[in-house]
Amino acid sequence: MTLATEMMNWSLYAAFVIVAIAQIMAMIRLWIGPSTGDRILALDTMFINAIGLIVLLGIAQGVQIYFEAALIIAMLGFVSTVAYARFVLRGDIIE
Amino acid sequence: MTIEILATYTIALLLLIGTIFTLVAAIGLLKLNDPMTRLHAPTKAGTVGIGAFLMASILQSYTFGEGSFHELLIMAFLFVTAPVSANFMAKVSLHRGACALPPPTPQDETWSTLNHFDHDGEVEEVARDDKPNPV
Repeated sequence: MTLATEMMNWSLYAAFVIVAIAQIMAMIRLWIGPSTGDRILALDTMFINAIGLIVLLGIAQGVQIYFEAALIIAMLGFVSTVAYARFVLRGDIIE
Repeated sequence: MTIEILATYTIALLLLIGTIFTLVAAIGLLKLNDPMTRLHAPTKAGTVGIGAFLMASILQSYTFGEGSFHELLIMAFLFVTAPVSANFMAKVSLHRGACALPPPTPQDETWSTLNHFDHDGEVEEVARDDKPNPV
């Protein structure tokens, strides 16, 4: 049991570090993105990576209450991506 | 006891799979050199990575707690909304002219929706070099 728990802890640490690195890489693309579509895509990727970080925090602490925060962030991420895209496409969000 | 050890190894494997997919998505977002190819990387691989994390979370809650399937809601929502938002971002890239525009539609009589009509309902003849010969 101890080796399996050790492996799960190490892969949890690796997942935390690499998802944080992925978040930083998406932020670099948000900073340097040459076009508007790249910036919207970088924000969408950052939302998805934030969901991943919250799920990893729930696994690490062994609690279930972070599920609702992850669900709300998923919904807000989709709505904000569609709102940005519609604002660029139509000049208005709700017509 | 053995089933717990197996489940723990499976959680570790799923976490590693999700980590690899998330890293590939971020590298693709940063390193590719065209807006459409950049759009391709994180909207697929990132979603699969989050799916692996959520599978690990479900398995962890069943192994060490009372268990719940609530994470399937997030997974279903992400898998439904990821193509929709990717389509919107592709339309933004097309609208801003940040990528190559799609080729013009072929003037083909077998596909009536591709023809351009005048106001009097007649098929408008468009001068094109690559128009196929009528059979």
